[in-house]
Amino acid sequence: MSERVDAGRRRFLTVALAGGALLVGLRLAGAQTTDVPPELLGDDLTDLGPFVRIERDNRIVIGARGCEIGQGVMTALPMLIAEELDVDWNQVRVIQLPYGYVDTDKGPSNRYGEQGAGGSTSIPEGWKDLRQAGATARWLLVQAAAREWNLPAEQLRTEAGQVIAPDGRRLTYGALARSAAAIAPPDQPVALKTPDRFRLIGKPTRVADARDIVTGRSRFGIDAYAANALVAVIARCPHLDGTLVSYDDAETRKVAGVKDVIPIPGPKPDAPLDGVLAAGVAVLADSTWAALKGRELLKVQWKEGPWAKESTAALAAAANELLDKGEGGVVVRADGDLAKARKQARQVVEARYEMPFLAHATMEPPGALVEINQDSARLVASLQDPEAASMLVARLTGIARRNVDVRMTRAGGGFGRRLKNDYVAEAVLVAKAAGKPVKLMWTREDDLAHDFYRPFGVHALTATLDRKKRITGWAHRCAATPRVYRDAGATERPVYSGCLEPDDFPAGLVANLDKTFFGLTSGMPRGAWRAPLHTFHAFAVQSFIDEVAVASKQDAVELRLGLLGEPRRIPYRGHGGPFFDTGRLANVLRLCAERIGWGKPRTDGHGLGIACHFTFGGYAAHAFEVSVEGSELRIHRAVCVVDVGRVVNPLGVEAQMMGGTLDGVSAALHLAVTVKDGQVQQRNFPDYPLLRMAQAPRAVEVQIVESTEEPSGAGEMGVPSAAPALANAIYAATTVRVRKLPLMPELMRML
Amino acid sequence: MARSTEHPAEPAPGKRPPAPLALTINGKPYFHDGDPAMPLLWFLRDVLRLTGTKYGCGIGACGACTVLIDGKAARACVTPMQAAATRKVTTIEGLETHELHPVQQAWIEEDVAQCGYCQAGQIVAAVDLLQRKPRPNDEDIAALGNLCRCGTYPRIRRAILRAAELMHGEKK
Repeated sequence: MSERVDAGRRRFLTVALAGGALLVGLRLAGAQTTDVPPELLGDDLTDLGPFVRIERDNRIVIGARGCEIGQGVMTALPMLIAEELDVDWNQVRVIQLPYGYVDTDKGPSNRYGEQGAGGSTSIPEGWKDLRQAGATARWLLVQAAAREWNLPAEQLRTEAGQVIAPDGRRLTYGALARSAAAIAPPDQPVALKTPDRFRLIGKPTRVADARDIVTGRSRFGIDAYAANALVAVIARCPHLDGTLVSYDDAETRKVAGVKDVIPIPGPKPDAPLDGVLAAGVAVLADSTWAALKGRELLKVQWKEGPWAKESTAALAAAANELLDKGEGGVVVRADGDLAKARKQARQVVEARYEMPFLAHATMEPPGALVEINQDSARLVASLQDPEAASMLVARLTGIARRNVDVRMTRAGGGFGRRLKNDYVAEAVLVAKAAGKPVKLMWTREDDLAHDFYRPFGVHALTATLDRKKRITGWAHRCAATPRVYRDAGATERPVYSGCLEPDDFPAGLVANLDKTFFGLTSGMPRGAWRAPLHTFHAFAVQSFIDEVAVASKQDAVELRLGLLGEPRRIPYRGHGGPFFDTGRLANVLRLCAERIGWGKPRTDGHGLGIACHFTFGGYAAHAFEVSVEGSELRIHRAVCVVDVGRVVNPLGVEAQMMGGTLDGVSAALHLAVTVKDGQVQQRNFPDYPLLRMAQAPRAVEVQIVESTEEPSGAGEMGVPSAAPALANAIYAATTVRVRKLPLMPELMRML
Repeated sequence: MARSTEHPAEPAPGKRPPAPLALTINGKPYFHDGDPAMPLLWFLRDVLRLTGTKYGCGIGACGACTVLIDGKAARACVTPMQAAATRKVTTIEGLETHELHPVQQAWIEEDVAQCGYCQAGQIVAAVDLLQRKPRPNDEDIAALGNLCRCGTYPRIRRAILRAAELMHGEKK
């Protein structure tokens, strides 16, 4: 049975009774009542349903709607529901939900709400609707108990999965589930708990499915198999936008287990990169090993594309030339009169910083299992954007989206790589051509050579100071391969978006400001890399402010605090806005300085460096204590102070900050993707050396600011200020200023 | 030859194809009559569906595929079946007996995992370390070369020290 009700925010609530289980889910207005997935009717708990399921024995199953890429949504989102449902976390079992597509009168919708992973939005989104889902389920259970006892609902309270009467009588949710499901849901959003009544939100909570992870039972995308599926690996064109001329598969087909060889056309130059990323030849076999061996024996002739001359060296030269000439840039933001400030300046400081392309190198490479039937299709993969994946499968197969079953798994890292579904497109095309289910495997070599890379660019910064050493003018000119590149259905995004943010620090804090962007032409595919643009420009801004402090003999913390000024909110148009709170950034900076022991004289030759940044509504500061001995950089201490508003799971936020810090350190020390003759040069981990334990600091001291502000999410804030804080610390230890990433090769060159 | 089917292969004691390679995996006997050069990783995953052992690089550089061979840590992605023959292989699935291995227990208690993908390899590497060095120091732990892209290293350190304590009966 089903009931519908207007729950306020153009959302409806579905309650369905299925096998004694109360199922509560949200869906968008106008959705038809959907059937309970058949797998939920049985005892098979490994399959999926809406958000809340209450078993007769009072076990609670909560559906996790997000894409778990390591950011902790499998734990934190169900916590939001469990809090308002008022159940003990240890009676809760969490299951992963599939993508919840539904057709409605108003078009495509999703019965679970927002399911993608990007921009650190899962918690802010869930804060709005998932608590309401939990509260509504609780409301129904209380109504059921009220009827049972013939008492007004207002007199009842709940605790740990039970409804309690004033006289102490108790009924478990399990006993009430059936009758609760028969009650019409409320016609108004029900009241949420006030924070003083939170029992779970704010409490350190371990990863919900940790036991599956440590026993090897977790299923990632790569772990999905299907009857009759062939394993496919693809030899892809190594030339950017190159083409397939011919191939000889005679030797390949002799490999035992190889079943088929299928060519795949690449994207047309200049066409949107909304399908496959490169031309290729797929080898299909009955095992991964046979497919890999078969691919090795392929003889393929590729034709270079239009980018055959592209190289990182040429890009760097072009960037510097554009910045030297200073003509033809796009004005990102211009305040006051910088030329005048420059004329009147007592001191002018200038520096340039070079940022490399970065690959995502998720530990689990891309891949997908795709089954295409007459009128339906199934996709199992590690995803970040299941909605786009659903649309893509529908577009490539002609199958209606309601018949495209998209199953997300735990993903072996995301970092933005899986916001693109090129590997899904490949698997679909191969499966269509083969007429069989296909399990597409990518090797690490495939992954590093075919990615949507974090942009390459050079930042040129200028600061003008008056006689009181105050910063009167600030120029940030950036020449980069625009992040906006062959995006499908590109909505008028400005060319600088993803490289230079108009309102980022110190915009609004310096009277005369000039931010200008120069686009570099490049055939390298570009995409979002964890905290996308912020890792790209915060290194330059936060290194430069340190340089200004050194050049003008000021304290680097005081200089920043002086710029931030009185705590206040200033407008911020980018993601994480509409405001940037100078007081919150100053606060994390101050706490971070205190924690690392900033300003105390040192005699051990160690250097301290600090940086801070605002990312997607969260405020973070980093500080490092380092020493350099010979060719060895030692990170003695790493501190990260963060304010992400109210914290849902402190253990999760700490993990994100620890991991984000090390991710920032990892990329800063050693990582760069370079291009030469229109081909990516990196092949595998030896030439894309992620941080290992021996190079990592023993601990990251994470300090989380207590806050009652709305939560901002936490997946990305821990990255941007790590690299500049590290570079600043290296300067303090060595007086060598590294202005080009990755740090280590540059530092060794300069020492 | 390895076959892609829905279900994992059953242990096959007594069913001996001509001159197959024999090996023991998590205490059970298996035979392999396919390419002797096939890495153990693909036998575990494609044939036995022991998918806890992960692919990360295929060249023994990242450690996601770490298993124990005759009790010692080895990279399954660069161990041909020929080399695994006659050996005893333990995978992440085989660590747990009637209860979690102390290393697994410590991993849960220290809340190590983020994406979780590399953790099976990390855990197996830690089991190997604790067998060699029941009281590992910082350098011993730092010498573990398994990659983690999420940056869980500090919690891995804590978990290994906790596991050492659990194994010495110092913590419950």
